Amino acid sequence: MRVYLTAARLSMRRYLAYRSSAVAGVFTNTVFGCIRAFVLIALWKQKPEINGWDLSDAVTYAFATQALIAPMGIFLSSTDLGPRIRTGDVAVDLYRPVDFQAWWFSLDVGRALGAGVLRSLPPVLFGLLLFPVSLPLIPLRWIEFAVCCVIGFIVSFALRYAASLIAFWTMDERGVTSVLVTAAMFCSGMIIPLTIMPGLLGTVVTHTPWAAIVQMPISVLLGTQSGGFGYAVVFGCLWALGLLVFGRVLTEAARYKVVVQGG
Amino acid sequence: MAELSSHAADERPLPGPVAYLLLVRMWSKSASQYRVSLMLTSFAQLLTTSLDLIAIVVIYSQVQTIADFTLPETLYLYGTTRLAFGLSDLFASGVENLATTIRLGNFDLVLIRPVSSLAQVLADQFTPKRFGKLFAPIITLGWAVNTLPVQWTVLKILVCIDTVVSGFFLYCALWVLTGCISFIAVDAQEVSNSFTYGSEFATEYPLQIFGRPLGLALTFVLPVAFVTWQPSLYVLGHADPFGLPGFLRFASPFAAAALSAIAALAWRACVRRYRSTGS
Repeated sequence: MRVYLTAARLSMRRYLAYRSSAVAGVFTNTVFGCIRAFVLIALWKQKPEINGWDLSDAVTYAFATQALIAPMGIFLSSTDLGPRIRTGDVAVDLYRPVDFQAWWFSLDVGRALGAGVLRSLPPVLFGLLLFPVSLPLIPLRWIEFAVCCVIGFIVSFALRYAASLIAFWTMDERGVTSVLVTAAMFCSGMIIPLTIMPGLLGTVVTHTPWAAIVQMPISVLLGTQSGGFGYAVVFGCLWALGLLVFGRVLTEAARYKVVVQGG
Repeated sequence: MAELSSHAADERPLPGPVAYLLLVRMWSKSASQYRVSLMLTSFAQLLTTSLDLIAIVVIYSQVQTIADFTLPETLYLYGTTRLAFGLSDLFASGVENLATTIRLGNFDLVLIRPVSSLAQVLADQFTPKRFGKLFAPIITLGWAVNTLPVQWTVLKILVCIDTVVSGFFLYCALWVLTGCISFIAVDAQEVSNSFTYGSEFATEYPLQIFGRPLGLALTFVLPVAFVTWQPSLYVLGHADPFGLPGFLRFASPFAAAALSAIAALAWRACVRRYRSTGS
């Protein structure tokens, strides 16, 4: 267990070392938070309530999604594992006397914590100052939110880990992962909230694993998750479990007939 | 690089545009080596632009108008902006690799070659996948032009074409200017995204939604209002909600020329004061 904790700690320290790039990231997250907030404000001005959300829910959502982008790794097409398989460096990783999936999970936990520390708070603070962002003052909501974030992160990791492993078979994971990033952007609710998607589209997107990554934690925080906290936890855990098992099966298959590139 | 070196042997400097095209051909060949990946990434680009389109349609499934713009009108904005941006992305987004090139010290190599540094940077890692970004805007623009209740006069058609052309030059100038950021702060890649992808996203919607102060800043400071907003007000027959004078509807070519000139000067200044990196 200690080896995983150390890996996570060192991975976090590595992330924290790149502070100026985090400042650049915060700037961009804030700019995009503002643009998305303006779009949602224009929509809510026409229709003051959509599926139980009022204007301040929508604006809070716009900035909260920006806070979650970096820790949840929405734009990360894979874990660092993908490129290492492509270049052949993975041979070293396979020699390590640790569980392969748990090792990569520890590294990603460190990255997510570092990103959360450096990049999550500023966009929301900016929104609080200049936009009608309203965060609940109920401690229980924040605990529920934290639990949903942890589950969402595990789902996100499990998805990206499985996607990286594809490189063992295709030699280049970038094609598959770029399609996955696009799907993640839309289905997580980063472009527009899943709550305003109509009919069949709405039903489909609220059941993909990406729904557990961004939309559900924020809906739980706002107190508008249909089915409540319990539903969000069960939904997220089922996807997390399924995807982790899928990742393990792929890992075993890759180990059985592994092709390492490079030389 | 074979073509480039044979030209260099003639001791005739290769004109920038020719060098650019040769480099684009070289990078395309390189990108085509991983065929399945290329096809999938092209598909991803197609998907990315279509999802923004779906987002707009979803928003209009809730309301009839946004800031007095109907769905076909907003899709006209989306089509012109995205087409101009897609073309500029095709042509100039190699700039995105500049920060890495500088950090690794490879910009020294760029300067040594007897070819325009800008041509090399713009063509850097060109990939045919970027054509994927053009499909959704072309189809959407065609549909919007067909559906809009606009009386198409010769002047309106010219302004419509110019919207895309001027928009292309404005975005290209923005790409080059964001490249200049890499010279000043190598870590600031993500700041560049705010200006390029941020302006693209912002100009898909009626500028009015950003309110007067920001709307004016996006007209006179960072002149992305000229990408599609100002000329489209004329084409769609909308009054300017900010009450700006009418001649601005036709000012896009001048805005594009001015920003391109600034970008060219900034690029020269940056290359001149470049002092290499590494140890």
